[in-house]
Amino acid sequence: MRPSIIPATISFAPEIRPNAWDLVALPLVLAVLWLLAFGGAQMTTPYNIGDALPLSLDPSHLPYYLLRSGMRMGAGMICSLLFTLVYATLAAKSRYAEKILIPILDVLQSIPILGFLSITVTGFIALFPGNLLGVECAAIFAIFTSQAWNMTFSFYQSLRTVPFDLQEAADMFHLSPWQRFWRLELPFAMPPLIWNMMMSVSGGWFFVVASEAITVSGQQILLPGIGSYISLAISNKNLAAIGWAILTMLVGIILYDQLLFRPLVAWADKFKFETTPGEEIPTSRLLTVLQRSRLMGYLGGVPRLLWNWSLPLLRRRDDNLGRPPARRREFGWVDKAWNTLLALVAAYALIRVAEFVKTEVPLDEVWRVFLMALATATRVLVLIVVASVIWVPIGVWIGLRPRWAQTVQPIAQFMAAFPANLMFPVAVILILKYHLSVEIWTSPLMILGTQWYILFNVIAGASAIPTDFKDAGGNFGLKGWLKWKRLILPAIFSSYVTGAITASGGSWNASIVSELVSWGNDTLTATGIGSYIADATAKGDFPRIALGICVMCLFVMLFNRQLWRRLYRLAEERWRID
Amino acid sequence: MTKGELLINLAGVRKSFRAPDRSDRVVLEGVNFRLEEGEIVALLGKSGSGKSTLLRIIAGLIKPNGGDVLYRGKTINGPAYGISMVFQSFALFPWLTVQQNVELGLEAMAVPAPERERRALDVIDLIGLGGFESAFPRELSGGMRQRVGFARALVMRPDVLLMDEPFSALDVLTAETLRNDLLELWLERTIPTKGILFVSHNIEEAVTMADRILIFSSDPGRVKAEIPVNLPHPRDTESAAFKQIVDEVYATMTQQPTRAIGAAPEPLSLGYRLPEASPYKIEGMLETLVEPPLNGKADLPQLAEILELPDETLFHLLEAGRLFNFIKVEHGDVSLLPSGLAYVEANAAQRKEIFAEHLLNHISLASHIRRILDERRDHRAPEDRFLQELEDYLTDDEAERVLEQVIAWGRYAEIFDYDYTSGVLSLPEEDEEKSETPPAPSETAAAE
Repeated sequence: MRPSIIPATISFAPEIRPNAWDLVALPLVLAVLWLLAFGGAQMTTPYNIGDALPLSLDPSHLPYYLLRSGMRMGAGMICSLLFTLVYATLAAKSRYAEKILIPILDVLQSIPILGFLSITVTGFIALFPGNLLGVECAAIFAIFTSQAWNMTFSFYQSLRTVPFDLQEAADMFHLSPWQRFWRLELPFAMPPLIWNMMMSVSGGWFFVVASEAITVSGQQILLPGIGSYISLAISNKNLAAIGWAILTMLVGIILYDQLLFRPLVAWADKFKFETTPGEEIPTSRLLTVLQRSRLMGYLGGVPRLLWNWSLPLLRRRDDNLGRPPARRREFGWVDKAWNTLLALVAAYALIRVAEFVKTEVPLDEVWRVFLMALATATRVLVLIVVASVIWVPIGVWIGLRPRWAQTVQPIAQFMAAFPANLMFPVAVILILKYHLSVEIWTSPLMILGTQWYILFNVIAGASAIPTDFKDAGGNFGLKGWLKWKRLILPAIFSSYVTGAITASGGSWNASIVSELVSWGNDTLTATGIGSYIADATAKGDFPRIALGICVMCLFVMLFNRQLWRRLYRLAEERWRID
Repeated sequence: MTKGELLINLAGVRKSFRAPDRSDRVVLEGVNFRLEEGEIVALLGKSGSGKSTLLRIIAGLIKPNGGDVLYRGKTINGPAYGISMVFQSFALFPWLTVQQNVELGLEAMAVPAPERERRALDVIDLIGLGGFESAFPRELSGGMRQRVGFARALVMRPDVLLMDEPFSALDVLTAETLRNDLLELWLERTIPTKGILFVSHNIEEAVTMADRILIFSSDPGRVKAEIPVNLPHPRDTESAAFKQIVDEVYATMTQQPTRAIGAAPEPLSLGYRLPEASPYKIEGMLETLVEPPLNGKADLPQLAEILELPDETLFHLLEAGRLFNFIKVEHGDVSLLPSGLAYVEANAAQRKEIFAEHLLNHISLASHIRRILDERRDHRAPEDRFLQELEDYLTDDEAERVLEQVIAWGRYAEIFDYDYTSGVLSLPEEDEEKSETPPAPSETAAAE
């Protein structure tokens, strides 16, 4: 097929005429655009602290609240994506940047996001005085912090593992850094990045709900959205409204999946570096509609135009011949100086935080906070064990039956996305009604939302056991405990560890909202670092918030280093099927 | 084609890599090389002889530590316009269509879109991929993928074409077709390319294509011999002249540094690059040698044909056989030594004993490990201990490979055991208990 050399205007004419697919695609796209514009206008209305934002428990308002919450989620997502592209690229390309950016990321992802909220909101409000945008930004920032880190790590990992032969080919064909990024690095990183985006959104709903009701200097601000609707329903003890909110959330999650992720995953399939035969190719009806629509195809020409336009501007001009370029000399002491500088800055920051905390908090309280963290750590560990005992056998049972797995897998993923904090009021009512122990019975709330990661990872692991392994096991009469020990547990171990890491990390974060729960005027408090941070946040006691966050951060990092990372390495090296 | 101007000129090129202990490992030493207009040159040599490194130095992908690397009289500082490369692994971008892959280099040169498209489609047609412009690489067979690799290189209208084992990932038939297509383009001057330099593992391929063959020796890599091929194209692989050159190449490649006839083989250094050869393959080769029609003596091309092994694998087996003192390789001929014959005639248990004896006597790394294990009270030692020793001589990857190889032999010979999980080497249990029972033939602990 040779392209015609007829002038573009003539050759485009028949293409621009709409086809049948346009009838579906066009209204859909216009509707989405209108909704975004409408919601966006609502985000920037004038607002001063103390103004009451109208909020109603009438279920007919819920679609609007869903739009607002959904837009916050979307905005958080876009910020996370931009952050990821810049931060990870910087870390992967510069040795000096890497030394500081990666440890920072490691700390950031262990920081309890919810404790952070009250600190950041003040700054954002000051940024947009007299406008609601400041509060919106604070909420979006909270969502951003819940989504960005794992995406960034994934992208950084991908950049570091771009296949060597492709890098050589890129060098050989003189690709500029710009071209290399869009043609090689981003495509290669795309599938894991989209997977992590899905995980982020899935975890993000929890934070959308938690971040819409913000306390600033003793004043509670309720941003219109599902989360605020819930907290209003809780203080009014309105159970029916909670039911409606749960229903709306379900619709929201499904919409996000259908309108965004399915098309995205189906589209990203072409970026997979290797395809295993027999693997199902993801499809999306929406993507098909968009791809076959002519007008959309025409719009798709715009990026191509921009691309062609960018190439001459950002090309490499050096032909690499003749006089050698002045070689940058490398000094060992630059490295050493850089390391020392970083260490000094870190030490200084630590001292400042310690001084800040010391102004308010007596030393014996610090010890008490450590004990509280120990209590929360015990809860997390016990809950992971309990959840594993329950879900591993069930997951394996389902995973070994392909038909079941196909039905249950999306449900489990959906449950993981569902913000568990919507269910908290139900638990509180039950505890109050049956006079249960607060210390014990609020704990399951921590893992309510995160246990599903264990389930769906185990299902995935079990269904990936190669058929010949199962056949060989059956052939040798492998049964009972021996079958578990020799075949099943080793086979699912690595996916189980992945699930358990996610579940554990999520549980730490959830402790801030689950150790201190309320229904109307009744508030239940369990002893732990989560309730300590939540309590300090409600009072606006910054030194205590800082202390709580630091201690929790320390514990999470210790957990990751000492337990999960070791298990992960074991899984990678020893029990790998390839 | 008549020879003409000098395209590539290398003088005294040296390349070493910095080891973790800050010592230098020399890969290439004192390499001189010239590529002139109108010639195809093949680089042959054992793996690790640095021929791929040399190709990459000319490509501008690797910087040499010393010497001059010139393209048309100008120093090469990086990938230069005018030099293009075809990769062994194809190195196609799987998310780009055939046409987009081919246009990659033109995009980098900011060739305007319409011209880019025209040039890409022309080359795609030329290389026989017409109709597949919009296909993704994963939809194509290996041979077609490498055609995309060629199209991507040729669209740059290269003056010099470099090829790193371009046909070795393809099956025999596909490789031959593609090779002939390329030769045709070259001989009929359909492509503007003035010189081709390629790395190969296949001796017949090299003799079929090249006007000149350079043979590399290893440790450090240098040019050991140069063999001109003055045969007109197309070359008849069955002709006597062709076979004679193939013989000559085999003989040169297996030639050992001269030593007194009848003298025992010199002891190997610990860091000797042990060849990749499974005990079972060595056994297979020795059996084939004993049986008719070879009856204990063979010409190398003949042995290669009967064993149906790639040249590279065969060289590894031959070297292993030679190191174990089972065979003798001289002037391109291989003959069985008495110990090799004894090995083949023995039963399974005796074979292991003979193998063990030769392993301990001739492979110093094996006897070294065994001695350490014997000396230690618990008869155990971590692999890292030996890896560190090897890393004094070899790169990390190579040290790991060599240790893996000696472990495979040691396990087969049952002179030591290895636990994968803990990475610990130990004496086999029978030896540890000092029991007198001979090692029973077993299929465990054998690495193929």
